[in-house]
Amino acid sequence: MTQPTPSKGGYIGQAWLVILLALLYGGGLAGVQNALSGKIEANKKAETYRVIPELVAGGDPDSTDEIVVRGENEKESLVYKVHGRDGSHLGWVLPAAGQGFADRIELLIGLDPGVTTICGMYVLNQKETPGLGDYITSPDFQSRFRDKPAEQPLAVVKNEPAADNEMRALSGATISSESVAGIVNRALANFREPLRSMATEPAAAGQAPRELIE
Amino acid sequence: MSSKGTVNVSEKGPTALERFINGVLPENPIYRQLLGMCPTLAVTNAMKPAVTMAAATAFVLICSNIMVSLLRGLLKPHLRILVFTLTIATFVTIADRFLAAYVYEMSKQLGPYVPLIIVNCLIISRAEICASKQHLGVAISDGIGMSFGFGLGLATIATVRELLGSGTWMGLHVMPAGWPNWGIMVLPPGAFITLGLLLAVAEHATRRRAATAIWRTVRMLWSWRH
Repeated sequence: MTQPTPSKGGYIGQAWLVILLALLYGGGLAGVQNALSGKIEANKKAETYRVIPELVAGGDPDSTDEIVVRGENEKESLVYKVHGRDGSHLGWVLPAAGQGFADRIELLIGLDPGVTTICGMYVLNQKETPGLGDYITSPDFQSRFRDKPAEQPLAVVKNEPAADNEMRALSGATISSESVAGIVNRALANFREPLRSMATEPAAAGQAPRELIE
Repeated sequence: MSSKGTVNVSEKGPTALERFINGVLPENPIYRQLLGMCPTLAVTNAMKPAVTMAAATAFVLICSNIMVSLLRGLLKPHLRILVFTLTIATFVTIADRFLAAYVYEMSKQLGPYVPLIIVNCLIISRAEICASKQHLGVAISDGIGMSFGFGLGLATIATVRELLGSGTWMGLHVMPAGWPNWGIMVLPPGAFITLGLLLAVAEHATRRRAATAIWRTVRMLWSWRH
């Protein structure tokens, strides 16, 4: 519109400091993230290994394999293949993430080998509203996912669940509850079939069809 | 357009020593200015989170004071808050990443309160009151003094709450065996009760008038318990 006049400085003349600082700070933050992300990821991985026995009953963190699986959306993700002490395949721990009410929520989903049931859910990282949404980290909320079917998407309800695939939301934190259920549903939709196909191979070799385990 | 005159860059004002002393007690952020009440109430249920919060806030406050003081000649009045916020948010993000990398458990326990340092009014008020108007040395000294004052406030509240609520201090058992932990002290109501009583004590230190009132309350509570 109007030409920037040297006397007033125009838009750039007014805002150059803000723009320059935004670039400098952005670069600085990228550097910090670059330097520390390895350490932060290692911390998260250590925590993941600590909660493996909670997510897959009887799972032994020492005999867990990390495998890279390509989901249905063509994105690759690290999946933990959990074995028991005797080497039998007990299930999967599937990391998943998505947008919550406030910030990114990172979850770990425990699944049985045939991906028919959710055996556990753990919130690895969240910044939901203190006193409301942050109850997604409570054992009470996390246990609401246990033994839910992995075949169909979970539905969040506000009362006592009537159907198998329904789970109760946290009161006062419906969006956080729905976000967590949505992340679980999306992760399952992407990894249900790929994980199943990988589970049957070793199971066939050991002659232990999953129907018998059920 | 000259940079002088747009912002009041007067180099007059309290000296570095005065700024430091003011921050610790006479203008204590918590007991005298009542700033930063959110972390004050939220993370003082034990000493360790309180100390971590105080350290993270100190880092952000001192760094933001340094940056703002260095940039003070370039600030445009109508864009200064933008620069302050940008600076503070950057250092808060750095502090958040460092906590997640080196004290992971504590970082998880503090959760969203670390990013919430961005909206701690103490930091932006020091940028506005001191750092954007005074020399680097004064700004640093002000940041250190205010950080001490904030840490002192958090530590006193956390000490009372952890001692009475968990019988420990910094995780070490200090109360006599058989101490019945006052569960309410580690819950949100305990934060309000402790802050209120300690504010009254701070008032008492400056205004003796409050003394009789507190003494009467204490005696009343005592006789009610026995």
